[in-house]
Amino acid sequence: MKPPAFEYSAPASIAEAVSVLEQHGDEAKVLAGGQSLVPLMALRLARPSVVVDLGRVGELKYVRHQDDLVRIGAMTTHRDIELDGILQDRSPMLQEAMSVLGHVAIRNRGTVGGSCAHSDPAAEWPALALALDAEFEASGPRGQRTIAAEDFFQSYFTTALEPDEVLTELRLPLPKRGTGTAFEEFSRRHGDFGIVAAAAVVRRSGGTISDASVALAGVGGSPLRSTAARMLVGSDGGDEVLQAIGVAVQDEIDPTGDIHGSSEFRRHCATLIMTRAIRRAVDRAEEGGG
Amino acid sequence: MSSVEISFRINGSEVRESVDPRTTLADLLREGLRLTGTHLGCEHGVCGACTILMDGRSVRSCLLLAVQAHEHELETVEGLAAADGELTTLQAAFAEEHGLQCGFCTPGFLMTITELLREQPDPTDEEIRERLSGNICRCTGYQNIVAAVRKASGRLPQDPA
Repeated sequence: MKPPAFEYSAPASIAEAVSVLEQHGDEAKVLAGGQSLVPLMALRLARPSVVVDLGRVGELKYVRHQDDLVRIGAMTTHRDIELDGILQDRSPMLQEAMSVLGHVAIRNRGTVGGSCAHSDPAAEWPALALALDAEFEASGPRGQRTIAAEDFFQSYFTTALEPDEVLTELRLPLPKRGTGTAFEEFSRRHGDFGIVAAAAVVRRSGGTISDASVALAGVGGSPLRSTAARMLVGSDGGDEVLQAIGVAVQDEIDPTGDIHGSSEFRRHCATLIMTRAIRRAVDRAEEGGG
Repeated sequence: MSSVEISFRINGSEVRESVDPRTTLADLLREGLRLTGTHLGCEHGVCGACTILMDGRSVRSCLLLAVQAHEHELETVEGLAAADGELTTLQAAFAEEHGLQCGFCTPGFLMTITELLREQPDPTDEEIRERLSGNICRCTGYQNIVAAVRKASGRLPQDPA
């Protein structure tokens, strides 16, 4: 099908975009890369009266490295992230995630901000943001505010953003040197929507795991920061604790089945994918990289 | 709804159009500009038949609104061959290696590979297969497409790198 009719707005600045959103409330929808919104509109599952295209807001497209923090403008594409030399070096987890996020043509248009604001339960960026304890910056008629990742993703396709707010920046603390990171995703074909994905961040001190942060996608309405994975802390990160985590995670997740996978299958995947991601992150922490 | 004036360059030429905002770029190319080389397969970004280049980057024209092309540089399959019809190295390789049968997916593959070979003139087999994974072909089984890319990058078509 084709998208239904709408009014089109192409603001040149964040302030102008906010003004248009304020005027139209929840009748307006922000268009970022369009890789999620345009198909939804074509299928007529989304029917905004006004589309606010951020494509001409140049001030939203940047990757700024500030020591161990990377500030990513909301309109930065997945491909920009994939090709960023510093991120390639400092965070293999981001590269692994980008490499399974659709295909190059999707990544050339899809944006970090768009993915987070859309908050598809299977999406990679929400899991990455949670695992890394990211912060979001939003701009609206009431001013700017910072939203922690754990508060940002609320439910299926639902975030803490108000209809008149524009997501402007994602602030990612980069893992310190020596941290092991890994991203693992299961999908039916390479580049398909993930069934389940896991982002793992692990630190070692001597022979034991000193810190661990693991987030899962595809196991409920929004990404999950796994409490079960905290069992890693103080452990040797070996098979025994991994097996215990794989069992315990079942109590935290609530995957809904659909044509891409039943809830039983997703539960099975959650344990499998999470274990693989943690194992790789633990190995990388041992090697002193990640 | 009102029309929006847009202007952009396509295959080297400047174009001005007045479009309904809901028109996809694919539909503008095919129906507005009569450039029907860009094909519609799934219309939700999965099959790759609609792939064109925007500012040198591969994009799904079915997932772009025409209005988003304003002030950008587009390349479609029609712009590959020379004005006198001489095929590019890549197109010739496809013909020689039988990298197409019905040809429906072919424009999308050509644009995807054009981007790849500009970035990486001598891709490994793994790089080729990775990049092609976003384009679906129902006819060929892909082997001859991979052979065509090998040939276009200067290797023997049957030799993996």
